[in-house]
Amino acid sequence: MMKEYELTCIQCPIGCALTVTADGDNVAVSGNTCLRGAEYGRKEVLHPSRTVTSTVLTENGEIKRLSVKTKTDIPKEKIFEVMDVIRKTKVKAPVRIGDVVIENVCGTGVDVIATKSVEKR
Amino acid sequence: MTYHDLVIIGGGPAGLAAAVSAHEAGIEDILILERDERLGGILNQCIHNGFGLHTFKEELTGPEYADRYIKKVTDYKIPYKLKSIAADISAEREILYVNGEEGAVSVKAGAVILAMGCRERPRGALGLPGYRPAGIFTAGTAQRLMNIEGYSVGKKVFILGSGDIGLIMARRMTLEGAIVICVAELMPYSGGLNRNIVQCLNDFNIPLKLSHTVTKIHGKQRVTGITISEVDANRRPIKGTEEYYDCDTLLLSCGLLPENELSKSAGVTLDRVTGGPVVDDKLQTSVEGVFACGNVLHVHDLVDYVSEEAERAGRQAASFVKSGKENDKKYITLSVGSGVRYTVPQMIDVNNMNDSVTVRFRVSDVFRDKSVSVCYDDKCVIKRKKRILAPGEMEQIVIKKDTFGDSMPKTVKISVED
Amino acid sequence: MNEKYDVCIIGGGVVGCATARELSKYDLKVCVVEKEEDVCSGTSKANSAIVHAGFDAVPGTLKAKMNVRGAELIRQLSKTLDFPYRQNGSLVLCFDENGIPELNKLYERGIRNGVSGLSIISGDEARRLEPALSDKVVSALLAENAGIVCPFQMTIAFAENAASNGVTFRFLTEVTDIRSDGDGYVLSTNKGEINAKYVVNAAGLYSDKIHNAVADDKITVIPRRGEYVLLDREVGDLVSHTVFQLPTKYGKGVLVSPTVHGNLLVGPSADDIEDKEDTQTTASATASVKERALLSVPKVPYNKTITGFSGVRAHLETGDFIIGETKNGFFDAAGVESPGLTAAPAIGEYLTELIVNKCGASLKENYVKERRGIPQVAKLPQKERTELIKKNPKYGVIICRCENISEGEIVDAIHRTPGAVSLDGIKRRVRQGMGRCQAGFCTPAAIAILARELGIPEEQVTKNRPGSQQIKESL
Repeated sequence: MMKEYELTCIQCPIGCALTVTADGDNVAVSGNTCLRGAEYGRKEVLHPSRTVTSTVLTENGEIKRLSVKTKTDIPKEKIFEVMDVIRKTKVKAPVRIGDVVIENVCGTGVDVIATKSVEKR
Repeated sequence: MTYHDLVIIGGGPAGLAAAVSAHEAGIEDILILERDERLGGILNQCIHNGFGLHTFKEELTGPEYADRYIKKVTDYKIPYKLKSIAADISAEREILYVNGEEGAVSVKAGAVILAMGCRERPRGALGLPGYRPAGIFTAGTAQRLMNIEGYSVGKKVFILGSGDIGLIMARRMTLEGAIVICVAELMPYSGGLNRNIVQCLNDFNIPLKLSHTVTKIHGKQRVTGITISEVDANRRPIKGTEEYYDCDTLLLSCGLLPENELSKSAGVTLDRVTGGPVVDDKLQTSVEGVFACGNVLHVHDLVDYVSEEAERAGRQAASFVKSGKENDKKYITLSVGSGVRYTVPQMIDVNNMNDSVTVRFRVSDVFRDKSVSVCYDDKCVIKRKKRILAPGEMEQIVIKKDTFGDSMPKTVKISVED
Repeated sequence: MNEKYDVCIIGGGVVGCATARELSKYDLKVCVVEKEEDVCSGTSKANSAIVHAGFDAVPGTLKAKMNVRGAELIRQLSKTLDFPYRQNGSLVLCFDENGIPELNKLYERGIRNGVSGLSIISGDEARRLEPALSDKVVSALLAENAGIVCPFQMTIAFAENAASNGVTFRFLTEVTDIRSDGDGYVLSTNKGEINAKYVVNAAGLYSDKIHNAVADDKITVIPRRGEYVLLDREVGDLVSHTVFQLPTKYGKGVLVSPTVHGNLLVGPSADDIEDKEDTQTTASATASVKERALLSVPKVPYNKTITGFSGVRAHLETGDFIIGETKNGFFDAAGVESPGLTAAPAIGEYLTELIVNKCGASLKENYVKERRGIPQVAKLPQKERTELIKKNPKYGVIICRCENISEGEIVDAIHRTPGAVSLDGIKRRVRQGMGRCQAGFCTPAAIAILARELGIPEEQVTKNRPGSQQIKESL
């Protein structure tokens, strides 16, 4: 069955209004102004996903919280599951920006990485 | 008194980008003054992603975006002082700064770049009636308390104002287990980016109530609830539309104000609309050798645009330091036509201008299927169709020197037209 | 807690603290009990911050007497106790020729009350003094001796000076009952009993409750709320005098005044309310105050408003203060509303005289007369500022960027006696968070400093009284 979706693209701040028609895995996107937008429209109706950003406690760092993110987007329905793991995580300073903080979080195949560097206190 | 070719006030995104570009333009004797304990400014607490698509063609978080510039600053060995606050600037470009190690120190600068950023409009300035309990935070303060200090500031949250920081905090607090009841917005349109409404509100089923405001804050010690009302076309609350919500926290995301107290001490002329300095195409303020960029100049939606603007300020400050004297100035005024609130820059010095100038502006209302027009005196030279124009999204237009022709126009007017 | 004092003062507002300071000159064991977490937490913290010249009160009343003497004392004490005071003068504006007899009446009243520096001037003369005044001003009463003061710092200066002379302060202690025990009084509080030979009722809004627990005649305090609007220092010099309006048939006027810290203050409204703790601001009163002020100064730039607040005054129907020994050993300072801030040191002086005469206490030998305020580091000359920072680097770490307040000043505020135990306590002592961003930037740092200095978790730091925690928990 053919379905039509009106979406706002979240790939960049322009926020294009997308029209996505989907018939099973057969998806057509219009209204996008770039390729990322087309890919977003497709993904959003088939397997919506998001990047999760948060912080973890540092045990002996010069700052209390280390900011982290999922290295790429993860399935949208796993956001809270991933947050639960992030919330229980502690790291030991020093940490370099880009270091893996949690490997393959919740079996998504995506690592949680540091988005800041933290020196030892 | 020590001398530096260039002193940059602020080590946030604007100050860093300005320092990097000034260095690349050949100025080595730079000093960045940063009041916080780290470089990076507000980006350090903006842990969400969405930064850098224009500048780096990839999506970064705030700290990652800042890190790119901090790396360059350290690679170039550009000197900076942390926990050092500029307390005064004179028109002669003497700066007084204060820190715990040196005390109160005066330095003389060949050029100054103002990059102090902005502040949030507080509850008092909004005139929200009711009690004054704990639990009322501007969105940025709550963001700092959560992302830097590591504290939860509330469990049941109401947000007034749909500015981007408010939207980002709606998601952030939801992720940390708080219930975000609703976002209310005084205006009939959102102040934030569309993408943030989708990924911060819609994703978590947080309602957005347009044309609503808080008409009473309840709670003597800590917020216990708030009353909101619908507002009419003049933004006045409509009697009988009151709704009460139980909550322990009220976040305010009701606008940012460029922080120009220092600029005033230097005698810089400010624009009543932007709240920032009046600048020419070189981003030079009314005080010679004092430049401005970033949110201290006007509030931006995207840090990418801040960086781009700051790089321009850095280059211009560098050339000012190197050349000293410019040609006599001859100004064209950039004037705002219907539907346009302001432009930055506010004037172009045609005798010294580059081949083209990027003019940024904001519109005064939401417009659909209209055009942006640029007129030289009475002659319309550019007309660009726009599907949508909104006050929350900064627009820009490039003006090329060669389009002025032989008869220089007196004014360049930007308007929204049919 | 079961302690014995010579004098127990109920209420740590400006009257209680002024009285404590006067009493601390004598060989007496004095205690101040305060239901809030700090001094200056009720009416004293939210008012017009005016030192009235003294022409307003009816001659012969306590209000008149205490006002004139109080104004004189504040001038002297601002120096010995180091709190901000400025004699900026005041104007009462008259907008209608028909009002001139009323203006003359005020002048004559002032003369009878013993006020000097009074004169009636023309509208043009008034506008020469204050160019921002309305064209409609036809005449004005100029009072050169009127002034402005920091109500927080004045109260805190009294309290600190009293404490350094041995007065004890008991906070979060609410008097629930008072009974006579022959030799004096027993005060029941939420923290146990206190015995005192003499009791001073400086309980402000609750002075009726305390009075009625002891006295035979009963009084009723009517809580009267006044709302104010405070504007940015940027526009604080719009007027230099305190500008009042001559009361008209349209009501008692509102004032426009600079504050001693350079802001511009507009207000107050006057609404009788039920709940003594009802310090809400309302859209209607705020709007009315703002509009009425425009009669005096047509161009008040309300877009520079940084905050609005309200204070509740203790109004008595009789219209005058009740001050004196109401019952054997029980002294009232009840119904102290405007000009109460001005009158406070005179009330303290008068009550002290009564108590000392009664018990025959003698002056202390080691009485500390002077008190120095917390250094305002940003106002020091550059060299002195640097020297101070070299001694204590915390004076070089600016926490509040709007008001230029350093970490060192905040730490000082916490370690004074009585010291700040809440965010509002810091704010009232050193003005951190009083500026245009209204503590947006510095709240996290202030919470951290308070927690560190008091040795408590940040989650326990309060804005003011218990229950006003800003932080819920650690993530």
